[in-house]
Amino acid sequence: MAVMSQYQPPVKDIAFLLEHVVGYPDIAALPGFEHADLDTVVGILEECGDFMAKVVAPTNRAGDEEGARWQPDGSVVTPTGFKEAYQQYVDAGWGSVPLPEEFGGGGFPRTIGLIIQEMMMSANMAFSLCPLLTQGAIEALLHYGNDELKQRYLPKMVTGEWAGTMNLTEPQAGSDVGALTTKAVPRGDGTYAISGQKIYITFGDHDLSEQIVHLVLARTPGAPEGTRGISCFIVPKFLVNQDGSLGDRNPVHTVSIEHKMGIHGSPTCVLSYEEATGYLIGEENKGMRIMFVMMNSARLSVGTQGLAVAELAYQQSLEYAKERRQGRAIGATEDSPIIDFPDVRRMLMTQKASIAALRALMLLNASYVDHSLHEPDEDARKRADEIVGLLTPICKSFGTDLGNELTSLALQIHGGMGYIEETGVAQHVRDVRIAAIYEGTNGIQAADLVGRKLGVRGGASVREFLATMREVDGQLADAGEQFASMRAELKTQLDALEQATMWIFQNGMSDPNAALAGSSPYLRMWGLCTGAWLLARAALAGQATGDPEVAETQLVLARFFAEQILPQCSGLLPAVTAGARDLFALDASQL
Amino acid sequence: MRIVVLVKQVPDTSDVRKLDLNTGLLDRDAGEPIVDEINERGLEAALRYKDDNKGTEVVVLSMGPENAIKSIRKALSMGADSGVHIVDDSLAGADALVTSLAISKALERTGYDLVVAGNESTDGNGGIVPAMISERLGIPLLGFLVNMEITEAQVSGERQGDDGTANVHAGLPAIVTVTERFDYARFPNFKGIMTAKRKPVDTVTLAELGVDAAEVSSLDRTEVISAVERPARTAGTKIDDDGTAAATLVEYLATNRLV
Repeated sequence: MAVMSQYQPPVKDIAFLLEHVVGYPDIAALPGFEHADLDTVVGILEECGDFMAKVVAPTNRAGDEEGARWQPDGSVVTPTGFKEAYQQYVDAGWGSVPLPEEFGGGGFPRTIGLIIQEMMMSANMAFSLCPLLTQGAIEALLHYGNDELKQRYLPKMVTGEWAGTMNLTEPQAGSDVGALTTKAVPRGDGTYAISGQKIYITFGDHDLSEQIVHLVLARTPGAPEGTRGISCFIVPKFLVNQDGSLGDRNPVHTVSIEHKMGIHGSPTCVLSYEEATGYLIGEENKGMRIMFVMMNSARLSVGTQGLAVAELAYQQSLEYAKERRQGRAIGATEDSPIIDFPDVRRMLMTQKASIAALRALMLLNASYVDHSLHEPDEDARKRADEIVGLLTPICKSFGTDLGNELTSLALQIHGGMGYIEETGVAQHVRDVRIAAIYEGTNGIQAADLVGRKLGVRGGASVREFLATMREVDGQLADAGEQFASMRAELKTQLDALEQATMWIFQNGMSDPNAALAGSSPYLRMWGLCTGAWLLARAALAGQATGDPEVAETQLVLARFFAEQILPQCSGLLPAVTAGARDLFALDASQL
Repeated sequence: MRIVVLVKQVPDTSDVRKLDLNTGLLDRDAGEPIVDEINERGLEAALRYKDDNKGTEVVVLSMGPENAIKSIRKALSMGADSGVHIVDDSLAGADALVTSLAISKALERTGYDLVVAGNESTDGNGGIVPAMISERLGIPLLGFLVNMEITEAQVSGERQGDDGTANVHAGLPAIVTVTERFDYARFPNFKGIMTAKRKPVDTVTLAELGVDAAEVSSLDRTEVISAVERPARTAGTKIDDDGTAAATLVEYLATNRLV
């Protein structure tokens, strides 16, 4: 039995969050977003969701089954349907929506761009990586490229006619990007000769676009060791003539593509640069700064992948649970659909409530990105930027950890059928698995949270955010008895989070290893608390709409999450405060 | 060349559709309102002609409640140039006679060289409004086309029946109806959605069309005598094979007119 995945874009859920939970009307009121009012945005998202469901989603299975293929001539062919879907994507202009109007974009907020990404990732995560990487390259050029580079490359990248890639990793330089050895030798004419080998290059070569613009990290002769000696270059697949037409093939070759666990439709390339012509972005040795610009943005997008694939898997498992009949539920007189069994309900509710929490968290982060860029007041921009810094590792790790857990639950609901590839739900488990690994592993995110983000303004930044989360307490108290249990639980768990935070403040400086030892469970405490906090806000907002169905849905989701998922938070406190003793008590030979 | 595409807003065909048993009318709040797909196909045919022939103007015309503006905007975002929206409370529950009268008047007001309609809507499935418009306006009707070619002076196409294919043509002005053999419509693109907000939509009442309420009420109107719920599905018939299953099956199929 083949259950075709029929993706239903959750535009109503998204519109509710935008209007009532993450304050989208405030973003639309920022200077420059006059054209992006809520009604317009929802209209656009409806059409975009329809496009993703009807054009992109049908390519998801073929992408997994066929995979991208490396040809003997060194070219890469994408799976059936990708090319046509990509052309339609370019024609529809969906990639251009959040990009600056100056280069042909729609000038919409990042928040809206992230929602478009979410729907595209649900429709086909592998496919979505091509536009995602292109956007990363665009952002680097926008912030650090000179006018000539911008004029030459951006307009066609904004439309999607040209794709982009990010080239960081080398065999010996993964999480430690500073160890890279690709060389960039100045030629004296302003260009550089780039030589070296890059691995894990997503959509490093393909047949979706006529041109691919590689962003490459490399070292100039005599550059300092480590991350301080890295520069960032543009290396186009084809050199671009003065008139903008494509010229000679630049010597960057695809040596092979990887055979992966998931996202088969996305070609993961080994690229060999053999004195390829490159153009410096920004200044020499400032490449890492450029990477950091993109990092927050890309990490939020990858966190959203966890949400997006979980949403798709949830929809599929819900349909299955309604149709599959097995045995009789308590009190039933005929065979019951498995959705009538409490344990299956638990799995469905866990998915639905967690997805709602994740989406609110991703959109909250994105909304602060918009505030950080567009608030007229500098202090407001700075504060928003701090919050983005704090929330980004949480979004990336918690989003993708839950991506793994929730897709696994969706598979579990399918029983034995879930383990059969034909059912299609296994693909989601395999596809989403990479998201916890790439764009900085989840462990790196936890280290970033503990090592970099907690210390911002001597800890004041994080304390202010905790205080903001506490503000919901008063509103919950006023909202009535139905909100009492979630209020009590939220208070208990925020206390635990604060206790963990204090412990890290007190011990982190003297014993950094102890703080790092508990960093992953600590990050999860944050994910649980922020998720429950946002769901509580959604429940309050749902009640305020006066629509009884919305009010009930939001209340039940928030209450279920607060009563039955959030309590994991205080259970993690011992792991956060245990220090590193037992992690290192056995030496490597004893492990 | 001005092509007017008639667009009907209908409840989403993939949603559950409900009949109000008291009025015998469709419960329009039960499903998400969308542009009838057959009209999207007609619009696509008109837009393709416009793509190749500059100076072509595509107007979408819809009769429906306030929220039918959503369907007009959708058509505008796909590439139509302007819209006409006939809104009038007295039109609620209008039958084909009234509908064809209102639309004909609006067409006269807007002006047209070619009118493109769907062969029948997915909600009412009447399929007679285009023929009535043809009669009211005194223009030829090419109905149930499977393809269409438009030139400056005429429109032609094929109509397929059980016994063969008819090649039909008519001089302009004319009205055509398209079938599901026409291509799916294009997706609205982002720029199209943004520009659609600025495209003109002419909202008109019956009075503005020169139709007075007395004329409408004097028309013979379709009356709904009764409405009943579709009977619930019954269990299937099982035939046990005691050696006569083949004969029983044939008899079953024959009596139920399934063969």
